[in-house]
Amino acid sequence: MASLVAPIGTEEVEGVAEEMPIASAKRRRRPRFFRGFVLLVAAVYFLLPLFAGLKYTFEDANGDFSFSTVRSIASQPYLGSALWLTVRLAVLAMVVTMALMIPTTVYVHLKLPKMRRVMDLVTLLPIVFPPIVLVLGVLKTYPLALRNSPYLLSLLYVILAMPFVYRSLDAGLGAIDLKTLVEASKSLGGRWISTLLRVILPNLTTALISAVVLTIALVFAEFTLAYLTQWQTISVWIVQFNGTDGHITVAVSMLLLLGTWILLSAIVVVDLIRSRQKLKRRTTAS
Amino acid sequence: MSSSGTITPDPGTQVAGVGGGSVVQTKRRSVFQVITPFLAMMPFTVYVALGLFLPMVAVSILAFKTVDGHWTMHNINLLFTGVYAAGFKNSIELALFTSIVPGILGVFLAHAIATSRSELLRRLVASASGVLANFGGVNLAFIFLASYGLNGIATVWLKSIGITFEPNLSDFNGVVFVYLYFQIPLMVLIVTPALGGLRPSWREAAEGLGASTWSYWRRVGVPVLTPAVLGGMLLLFGSGFAAYATVQALTAGSVALSPVLIGDFLNGNNLAGYEHVGYAIGFGMIVVLLVTMVAYVFIQRRATRWLR
Repeated sequence: MASLVAPIGTEEVEGVAEEMPIASAKRRRRPRFFRGFVLLVAAVYFLLPLFAGLKYTFEDANGDFSFSTVRSIASQPYLGSALWLTVRLAVLAMVVTMALMIPTTVYVHLKLPKMRRVMDLVTLLPIVFPPIVLVLGVLKTYPLALRNSPYLLSLLYVILAMPFVYRSLDAGLGAIDLKTLVEASKSLGGRWISTLLRVILPNLTTALISAVVLTIALVFAEFTLAYLTQWQTISVWIVQFNGTDGHITVAVSMLLLLGTWILLSAIVVVDLIRSRQKLKRRTTAS
Repeated sequence: MSSSGTITPDPGTQVAGVGGGSVVQTKRRSVFQVITPFLAMMPFTVYVALGLFLPMVAVSILAFKTVDGHWTMHNINLLFTGVYAAGFKNSIELALFTSIVPGILGVFLAHAIATSRSELLRRLVASASGVLANFGGVNLAFIFLASYGLNGIATVWLKSIGITFEPNLSDFNGVVFVYLYFQIPLMVLIVTPALGGLRPSWREAAEGLGASTWSYWRRVGVPVLTPAVLGGMLLLFGSGFAAYATVQALTAGSVALSPVLIGDFLNGNNLAGYEHVGYAIGFGMIVVLLVTMVAYVFIQRRATRWLR
């Protein structure tokens, strides 16, 4: 909803700006210059390492462009098993996260709006709570069977993913008219489970996909917990392999980063196109 | 809700008005209505309790215990000596640097993006921020080493256009430089909603009254944003204080920071008398974290006043 409103709002503001006297129009030019400067500096800081990483990935010993590093990734020892372990952990973490967070967030939005503040705060804790202290406590308190299983990591990743997943779902639910949808579904005889699966979730696709991608990204990038519980996930493999060939470590890191980014950006673009179409349909209808 | 009784949206009151026969049903409903929220919130509450609070409490208790299980202040006293005190000092300094600097830069960047006219740019940056805020850790460290290390690609490029920039990534300043890479996106994510609360009409009103850009920011923009920005910085402080993977990969433990010391504690053999010092460091970190969160809640209360 917010995305539908925003373009109209900015057009209105611009309309006002055009009618304003010249003196104040001049005044507004300086912030625009300042903004360009800020964006440029940010672009250099954030993109330079990425370009460097890409060059590092796609060059051979002579500095020429080649796929040799990328091709040799596939034949690295233990990389396959590290990747497979990470994929399994990511899938489990994702399933548990969704099963836990979707019903809870929907319920809070629908019935306990006062709890949103508490939820905001509780789901912030994992950002500031040191993962390393979490490991300390977990290794001392959890049952042995769980401590000896790699899937313990998945359960902990659910906690780490909470801040981003909750915010994504919260924003998604805030943008739809949840109460009306639920009432409509109820009056048509839908039970809560079919309301959730067939009415609410289809309206949350974007929020859900971005929550899923962020969870997967987190599992693939997480190092502290995996390293200290001694499971060789992909990022632990990267560190332990680092001594042998710097090109390969950087290449794997870059592929992980770009993979997530491209996935998320694709979602964003598709969503933008969809919401523009909706807007167009709306304006032609009215 | 309504006293007419004909169109009542609340089923509870409707049933109560029918008569004696349905009193039991009313009671059962109200009990059900009381219990349902608890049941619905149960899985989340239990998960957070076991996954977050149980480890936190366990570490806090073990900080005050000897290996034999007796209560002691010995471990806590150790925190004020030697490398452990230095670790806390370094960690807090690092967290301060990596919260204030990216906090300010993040606000400028978020504002530049929020006022941009390109919807696509705004959304792409939002998604990039989500990825990068999560992208601390070893991957980031290695990409930075490839870029800015000795003979790093960015270092060579910059030298070719006449800029000598060779940060030492394994010292304190180098770690700050790398931390900006995930702290700034985190700040952008946190502060963007607050910037949305800065309504264009306020600026128009200020300009209509003859305010310059400077006085608009001094008298309207900055006062409105301050609580949200401070709150964001506190979160950055917490996240910088807690980070372990990046610094471990960059420095291999050569900078004494509290998380690094806990890592050494977990990996190594500990001398007699030092068996529980790791829990004491953990407890110290939890205390710092709790102070941060209390300050955050206090500031957030002021911040949300403007966002309604």
